[in-house]
Order: sequence, then structure tokens, then C-alpha cells
Amino acid sequence: MTLNELLEWRDRARKAMELRLGEVPPSDPGAPFKRREVLICAGGACVSCGNAAVITAFRDNIAKRGLSDYVKVVETGCVGCCDLGVVIIVMPDNVLYRKVTATDARTIVEKHLVGNEIVTELLHTGENGEPYKSPGDMPFFNKQLKIVLENCGLIDPQSIGEYVARDGYQALGKALFEMDPQEVIQEVLASGLRGRGGGGFPTGRKWSIMAAAPGPEKYIVCNGDEGDPGAFMDRSVLESDPHRVLEGMLLAGYATGSHKGVLYVRAEYPLAIKRLQIAIDQAREKGLLGERILGSDFGFDVEIRVGAGAFVCGEETALLASVEGKRGQPRPRPPFPMQSGLYGKPTMINNVETFANVPPIIRNGGAWYSKIGSPRSPGTKVFALAGKLVSTGLVEVPTGTTLREIVFDIGGGVPGGHQFKAAQTGGPSGGCIPAAHLDTPLDFDSLQSIGSIMGSGGLIVMDETACMVDVARFFMEFCVDESCGKCPPCRVGTQQLYHMLTKITNGTATERDYQNLQELCNVVRSASLCGLGMTAPNPVQSTIRHFREEYEAHIFNHRCPSGVCRKLLTFSIDQDKCTGCSLCARNCPASCIEKVDGLKKYTIDSSKCIHCSACFDVCRFDAVLKV
Amino acid sequence: MTSLSNVTKGISRSGASTAPYEQALWQELSAAIEFYHHAPDALIQVLHRAQELFGYLREDVVQYIARELRLPISRVHGVIGFYSFFSRIPQGKYTISVCMGTGCYVKGADQILRGFEKALNIRAGQTTPDGRFSLRCVRCVGACGVAPVAMVGNDLHTNLKIDSVKKVLKAYK
Repeated sequence: MTLNELLEWRDRARKAMELRLGEVPPSDPGAPFKRREVLICAGGACVSCGNAAVITAFRDNIAKRGLSDYVKVVETGCVGCCDLGVVIIVMPDNVLYRKVTATDARTIVEKHLVGNEIVTELLHTGENGEPYKSPGDMPFFNKQLKIVLENCGLIDPQSIGEYVARDGYQALGKALFEMDPQEVIQEVLASGLRGRGGGGFPTGRKWSIMAAAPGPEKYIVCNGDEGDPGAFMDRSVLESDPHRVLEGMLLAGYATGSHKGVLYVRAEYPLAIKRLQIAIDQAREKGLLGERILGSDFGFDVEIRVGAGAFVCGEETALLASVEGKRGQPRPRPPFPMQSGLYGKPTMINNVETFANVPPIIRNGGAWYSKIGSPRSPGTKVFALAGKLVSTGLVEVPTGTTLREIVFDIGGGVPGGHQFKAAQTGGPSGGCIPAAHLDTPLDFDSLQSIGSIMGSGGLIVMDETACMVDVARFFMEFCVDESCGKCPPCRVGTQQLYHMLTKITNGTATERDYQNLQELCNVVRSASLCGLGMTAPNPVQSTIRHFREEYEAHIFNHRCPSGVCRKLLTFSIDQDKCTGCSLCARNCPASCIEKVDGLKKYTIDSSKCIHCSACFDVCRFDAVLKV
Repeated sequence: MTSLSNVTKGISRSGASTAPYEQALWQELSAAIEFYHHAPDALIQVLHRAQELFGYLREDVVQYIARELRLPISRVHGVIGFYSFFSRIPQGKYTISVCMGTGCYVKGADQILRGFEKALNIRAGQTTPDGRFSLRCVRCVGACGVAPVAMVGNDLHTNLKIDSVKKVLKAYK
């Protein structure tokens, strides 16, 4: 394919997508039905909510009503509002229906597609019960700015044509025929883009170092080993818009003089792997990967490598070892991968989201990008919202948006009348941000100054029922499990930190333990070989910094203020609420719940209680109290 | 490239395998090794395929892979031991992976795990005596928006509550 053919293809593909792009053609008054497209979200969450049955129901009902010539069903990538799955959008009317089932599909076909009437009961509603018609009306969407996610939820990720319709591979065409490699790097430098994997290293600088590395054998690696628990941005981008990542890698290859790319994806993401492979096959078939791309002299090809479940492989030298089929253990740097990486050749590693940012930067210019968001780390950032929030899912906002805006405006605040306590960013390498810092703008530098990190974009909200010591212990357990074992500060240090935190949550820690904990944090931080160990103390240090009183309550008063640490709790039964159903007594492994003489009530013998919380978990009447 | 679908397929049969069925598996494995041109750096990809075919990494399979990729057997075992995805012991017909990511943890994943442990009468990391279910914990499966979640095979079950444990298991009886 040549550049001209690509342009013609784009115009044809755009015409085919006109209903979705809002370029609505004049309707044919003689036609019995309006032409429409039904977009059904096929992101990971909606697939698990049973979107297959919904798709079949739509297809069947559309065929039954003779609408097949007028209505097209499209499976798109992730729309973003994962808690509302299965989500469907009817275009060009731009109506979003939420929690759609197979039965609802029939109603939508009858009422909306045939009767031209909106099905109000399937619309999402706001706090006061007012229905939102289109995504743009929902606070979840209208505060977002989508650059990386511009195609997510709009195009079919398994169709290269729909990506091309959205200016896909135009940046590649522009770079190959209008710019020399140096100019591409200049644009990326001018954009101010910083690595989205968490480190925040300026991408343009990385690219220019790589361009200067000796060739011709050099590798571009895309890090899709999104291991942070609570993060699913890369997963969604890979599943919803795989061609964008390929185009970003192609541009990196052209700019730095590399001809081979490796996409490292974790094995936990089978759907992403499948869609990426389809995308690679399509791009090869169209001549957008391989030799002489678009008729130019530039050749580039990409291969997928699947990980096998090791968090440390997100670290760049460990990742390279894993690509080479070895144990994913990091090695000391220097030499840096750009000096000696994959198979001993210069290798540049960028994150999925970083690559996904590049095509629009080349299309619109670096100056355009640098004006978005906060000046020191411009652009947008994708966050995966999870935890105790009304609306969870995937959001993209300009950098510098405050945590408050994300949690309360986009996320809708904390549900069930609970209070916001902390937000955790950066996974096991990050920290907890307390309510006092809700107005912190989210960018690399501001987050660092309050003891957390931007990380790759996982943002987990916790309410007052979360114990901060327990959260720190949870992350430390993760690091103990995932430490590769190569260097003792990390292997032994995290183990010891975990023991100390366990002692605190059991109420057996002394002041000495508390001091040791803080000292050891510094040792592990400064002496570990790679990022995993160096950042492992972050969750502990940030919770000590912001929630010191909680640690002290555990250690000195043997009390867990949030009612989480079971060993520190006393269980009892509220006699007024107890209905005498005996469920707790039957579930008690220590047989310490007994019937009160002469009454249909139960009581706990706390001298025998083993604090397992089984009674609390099973009680259907909230009659078991823990304090 | 390795497709990871149907990871559990064929697992129940590996114990009482018939010869032609077994032969087909070896052919598939050999084809995968050919696809990667016997390159030692494809070890992880080949192990994925082998586990998909045989259900777990049997000693004879491991030895065959080591020979075909011209790698010392210690190197192959080193890699198998390092990555949590690989297993050297037979797995149940269905592997239940309870997500222990942060998003799930703050929404009570530990209670869900306890629910499964109780219902199946095994601990995480074990397989039921009838070979039907294996139970394990996994780190984040990236479905934090609908936490807490558990995967049975490749099916994701979302927004779990303690009561839903039995319902999930019933679907695979």
C-alpha cells in the first residue's frame, strides 16, 4: 500500500463510519427505519458481565424485525464506566444504556430502533434520579479529556479499517514522507511527553539517546507487563485500540533507526494478546508492518512475547531477561538497556500508554500537546479508578487535575454514606494520599512531594473501614511474594518488614519494633538492586507519614481504629438484633457461641474466641458486633 | 503465537489418557517448537503451549522441551520455578483464581477466598480430591472496576459476595 492508497482508504472508511462520527447523512424519508449503529462494549468488564448474550439478543431481534439493512451491531473496546456493564450506545442518537441484559436488548430494539423512542428506564441516573441521555451528560465523562482513549469504546478493536477511519496510521505516513527521524524526535521533545509507566522520564530524551546508539541491530520494546494490583489502563488500551500502540512503536522505530519491536504482555491478559495478534496480522497484510512500509525504505516488524506471572518483569532489565526466555531477574545498571539490552543490543523500552500518546503528537504537533495539562508534565493521564467509589472504571484527564475532582466529580464520591479516607496511587511502589491532600494536582512532581508516586495510573479509593497498617501489610506481602530473590536487601528486608507489620496488626509489636520498621525501610530503599526493592517501603513510609496515629493505636493501645485487624477486635452479639437463627453458632470453628438459657438468643464466649470473624461474616441481621 | 484460551481444556483427561489423544498433544507441542525454530529464547512461549496442551508441566514434557531447545534441564526447571503461571503438579479441571489485587482486597477479597476455601474444603494452592477444582490466589486480573472478582478457568465472575460463592461453584458442577 502507498500513502495515497492509505488516504483513500481513510476517506472510504470514514464514510462507512459516518453514523458513529456524527457526520449524519440526510435520512431517507421513504425508508421504514432510521439507520443506526448499536455499539456494544466488549471491554474486559463487560465481557464478564455477559455481553455475548446481549450481542446475540440484539442480532436475533434485529433480524427478526427486518432491521438488518438499517442497523449494524458493533463490538467496541472499553467505554470506561466498568461498573455499569454491559454498556451499549446507540448512534447517531448518542444514547447510552447501562446494565443491559438480553431481555433489555429486545426492549431497546422494539422501542428505540423500531419505535424511535428512548428507553428511559435503562438510562443511567444521577444522584437525584435525573436520567442522563448521552455520555456527555454524565459527570463521569464530561470532565474527561480523551487523547489516548479517543477511540476506546468507539471503534471495533478487531477492525483495522475503523482505526484508519480515525486517522490511524496517518502519523506514520506523515513521519515517513514529510519528516526525517530527527524531526520526529524534535516533535516528541517539544510535546514534553514523560514516560507513562511511572518513572516520568522525558520520552523525547530517551528517543534521542536511542537514535545515537550504534546500529543497525536495535530493539524497541513495549512494556505491557502491567503488574500493579489495581491498574488496568494498559489492558484497556491494548484490548480497545491495539493499532494505536503498534503505530506508536512504528514511529519510535523510524525515529531511532530500529527495525524490530517486541511487545511484552502479561499472561493474565489473554484478550489483549488475542486482539494484539489480530492487529499485527492485519497490519502485516496491509503492508503497515514488514519491509518497505507504505512504499518507503523503512521496514519494521513486531512480535508478541507473553509473560508468565512475575511482577518484577515490569522492571526493564528483568523484562529483557524474560523476553530472552530466562528467569525474570534484574541486573545492575549500567550498562543501561540502551547501551546493552536485548541480546546485548541497544534496546529502548517504553510503556503502552507512552506509545499510545505518540501518534496524536505527530499528527497534531508537539506544541499542541505541550499546552495540555500542567506545564512540567503536559498531556493527559489515564487512571484506573477502583475501590470505594460510586463510579469505577477507566478515565483520562489532563495532568494536574486534582484528586478531589477525580474522586468526587468523576468518580461520584464514596458510596453508602462512608467517608473518604485515602487514595492509593502507584500500587506497591506508591503511597496513600489522605483527605488533607485531596487538592493536590495529579502530576509526577506534586505526587512525589507528598510521598506517593503517579505510578502507572492505578487509583484505589479507601473509606474509613480500611486500616492503613493492614493496607501497608497487604502491599508488603505482595513485595515478599514478588521479590525475585536476587539481592538480600529486598529478599530478606521485605520479609522482615512484613513480619514487623504483622506483629503490629496482631497487637504484639513493641516500640522497638516500630523503630526498627522505620529504620529498615530506609535500608531496603537504599540498598536494593532494582525498583521493586527500592520502592517497596513506600506504602509503609507514606502511611506512617500520614496516618501515624493509627500505627500508634495498634502498638500502644492494642486497638485497630478501623475495626479491620481481627486479633485486636472483640466480637459480641447484640441481643436486640439477634433472631436466634443459630447460623453463627453453626459456623463457629471454635464452638464458642452458645444459646442463652431460656431465650432464642446467642452469645459469644470471648475467652474461647479465636477472632476468625466467621460469625460476623455470616450474620444476616448485623447482630454480630466487632469493636 | 501462543493463544491462552482454553487453558483448562484437556486437563481432566491427562490422567487417563488414551494413546492417540496423547500422540496428538505431542504433535502439537512439536509444531509449536518448530514455529519458534527451536530457539532457546522461546522457552517461556513453548512452556505456555505445553501447559495448555498437557494441563501441567509433566517431567517427560519438560525433558523433551529441554532437549528440543538445546537447554540444560536445570535452566528449564529454573524458569518453571520462577514464574507463578507454570505448574508441575496436575491441576483440577477448573482452576479458581481469586483475585487478591488491591481493588479486590479493599472490597473484601479475603472473605471471598475464605468462602471458596470453606465451600471446597481445601486451602488456596490445593486441588479438591475429586480433581474438579483447584484454588489459588492471583495478583490483579485488571478488572478492578467490578471488584471483587474471581476467575474460573478463563471466565471472570464479578462483584462477588460471600453468598455468590456457592452459585459460582454450582455453574461448574
